[in-house]
Amino acid sequence: MAFHIDKLEKRWIFMVAGFVLMAWGIQIYYAVQGWHPPSNVEVIDSAQLHLATGVGGDEFSEQNIGVKRDADGQLIVTMVAARYGFYPQEIELPQGEAFKIRIASFDVLHGIYVPLTNLNMMLVPGYVSEATTMLNNLGDYPMLCHEFCGMGHAYMFGNVKIVPQDEFKL
Amino acid sequence: MTLSTTNSDAPTPEYQATAKKLGLSHMWVGFVAFAAAIPMGLYQVAERSNLFASLESREVYYASVTTHGVLMAYVLTTFFIMGFGYFAALHSLKQNVWSPLFSWAGFVIALVGTVMAAVPLLLGQASVMYTFYPPEMAVTPFYLGAALLFIGSWFWCVDMIVGMMQWRRANPGMAVPLVMFGTTINALLWLWTSMGATLEVLLQILPMQFGWVDTIDPGLARTFFSWTLHAIVYFWLFPAYIAMYAIMPRESGGKLFSDELARVAFVMLFIFSVPIGFHHLYMDPQQAAGWKLLHMFGTFMVAVPTFITGFTILATLEISGRLRGGKGLFGWIAKIRWNNPMTLAAMLSMLMLTAGGFGGVINASYSMNALIHNTQWITGHFHLIFGGTSVIMYFAVAYWAWPRITGRRLASTRMALWQLWLWFWGMLLTTLPWHVLGLLGQPRRVDTLPYGEELNALWNPHEVVMFSGAVMLTVSAVLFIIVLVRSHFSERLPEVPEVVFATAIHQPLRVPHLLNSLAFWNWAMLVYMLASYGYPLLQFAFIGTPQSIPFGFGE
Repeated sequence: MAFHIDKLEKRWIFMVAGFVLMAWGIQIYYAVQGWHPPSNVEVIDSAQLHLATGVGGDEFSEQNIGVKRDADGQLIVTMVAARYGFYPQEIELPQGEAFKIRIASFDVLHGIYVPLTNLNMMLVPGYVSEATTMLNNLGDYPMLCHEFCGMGHAYMFGNVKIVPQDEFKL
Repeated sequence: MTLSTTNSDAPTPEYQATAKKLGLSHMWVGFVAFAAAIPMGLYQVAERSNLFASLESREVYYASVTTHGVLMAYVLTTFFIMGFGYFAALHSLKQNVWSPLFSWAGFVIALVGTVMAAVPLLLGQASVMYTFYPPEMAVTPFYLGAALLFIGSWFWCVDMIVGMMQWRRANPGMAVPLVMFGTTINALLWLWTSMGATLEVLLQILPMQFGWVDTIDPGLARTFFSWTLHAIVYFWLFPAYIAMYAIMPRESGGKLFSDELARVAFVMLFIFSVPIGFHHLYMDPQQAAGWKLLHMFGTFMVAVPTFITGFTILATLEISGRLRGGKGLFGWIAKIRWNNPMTLAAMLSMLMLTAGGFGGVINASYSMNALIHNTQWITGHFHLIFGGTSVIMYFAVAYWAWPRITGRRLASTRMALWQLWLWFWGMLLTTLPWHVLGLLGQPRRVDTLPYGEELNALWNPHEVVMFSGAVMLTVSAVLFIIVLVRSHFSERLPEVPEVVFATAIHQPLRVPHLLNSLAFWNWAMLVYMLASYGYPLLQFAFIGTPQSIPFGFGE
């Protein structure tokens, strides 16, 4: 069957194909360097975060949350999100050092976002959200909830203080 | 093919009478929803801006945001698309619906559903956003109403598919009119699209609301909803493209640049819209990185039909400008029919699509998404693509269709043109600051901004600009409703203008089978959906997520 296509259209389609290939290329380039969105597919019992017996254990119980170093010296931030706050409510982190943040919701859907940075995750009850990143600028930043979670949603935020590396103490 | 008659003594064919009644009723329901949602938008902009302290009320704010979203995204769109679909389909095929009773049943079901959902929304009993993510729950009538709206819209989908099949049987080998091909693909697209949210409501939400189960997996719910959440945007955008391809060329005094490539664009929009919903889940913990990457590839493929459309529409406008005496590289731009609402709207729509599409590339990006996910940038992006690109074409379609329905002159073309320009500038002034605010770290869907003076100082200048844009949008919406209402009482035209769709420079009588039939593409969609959503949905059967109990939203 006759399929009429103009010469200009053909040229345009080649250009568009070039654009798509370029976009894919850029995405793959950064993915290969390890820039992945938070995607660890790890389950936890959100209703029993304080119990060692629940699915996922007591990693997020009151005595275990906060900023720590693991056996390899890597900074680990463990937090709980619950209406309407982040716990611990205030954390301190060294400037420019990579840290791993692990966070679980205690009740409904939440998010965590530090403005002007790429620390941005959804917190889905039943799952642990995890990302590795670093914060490069000194000062205080709100860690805020960016997914509607109820009437107090706008007031759900904590504080992260970025200090120079030599002033950082655990 | 029958030649259309201009003899006003000839009885109106039955299909025309049905098309007018179905078209008018559906479109008016949509536009009434639009008119109701507009003041809510203005209120929300004022409330969240911190500029008017006396307005602050989180209960009213979240009820308003949810109602605005439901009315604009579900009611305006669904009813407009059904109305325009009936009007375009019956006129292009010159045949009636197979059962008017069936069509009206769909209308009534969708309308009952809308009212059933609207009551709890307005009473503040369903302030869960139009995305209604569990485990926060609204009252049951909200979900039942939304379900009825969906079910009613499926009647329309069946009508479109049956109409196309009947016509092809009666006209073997002939090319289905472009406007009908696009409308039927959109109907099929909507059947596929609406299935994700439908499964979420049927398998997860209603069983919990009825007390059959006590718990829910919010990760599964978000995965189901992502299936609907992106493709629904193409459902909204489709009629805008159809109007550009099949109505605008004639209205601008030219011819469509290419019929076949329009069909290619329609088919690609269909295939690459549904199986790519994971870019809404990039920041979610319950899906693995590989699946997100796979969906990223498909997301970028949407650029192809979008760019094809941009090319064809601008080429069509250029032809019309040159036919009207435009010379030189850019001289044709001055000569296009800027005083024709459909032509003007197409041009403005294309400009907003360009700006919105650029933002979309960031959203679609596998790693850059982290910079803007759930910030005000997102609100800016979809208002530009939906409220701008799509809805401005809904206005233009109404201005084109009203005289053809009522037999009366459009009350004021001048006011219509003002209305379109105001919508364009208002939309830019509202959404461009939102993009900036998102980059400056402002989250979306918050009723107030208590994050400190430093951030507020950064945000406030943009809040002022966006407020002026929202005022312009409100004025524009009021003008739109005035023109439509007045057009029911204006001077009667000597003859009802004919409904004739545009032809292409090389108008094909026959086209390749794959561009004239949906069966192959339907199977292709099934395969692509199984590949991209099969395992990600199946995994919930064995990863053993501890389920969540339901919560209210008012605590």
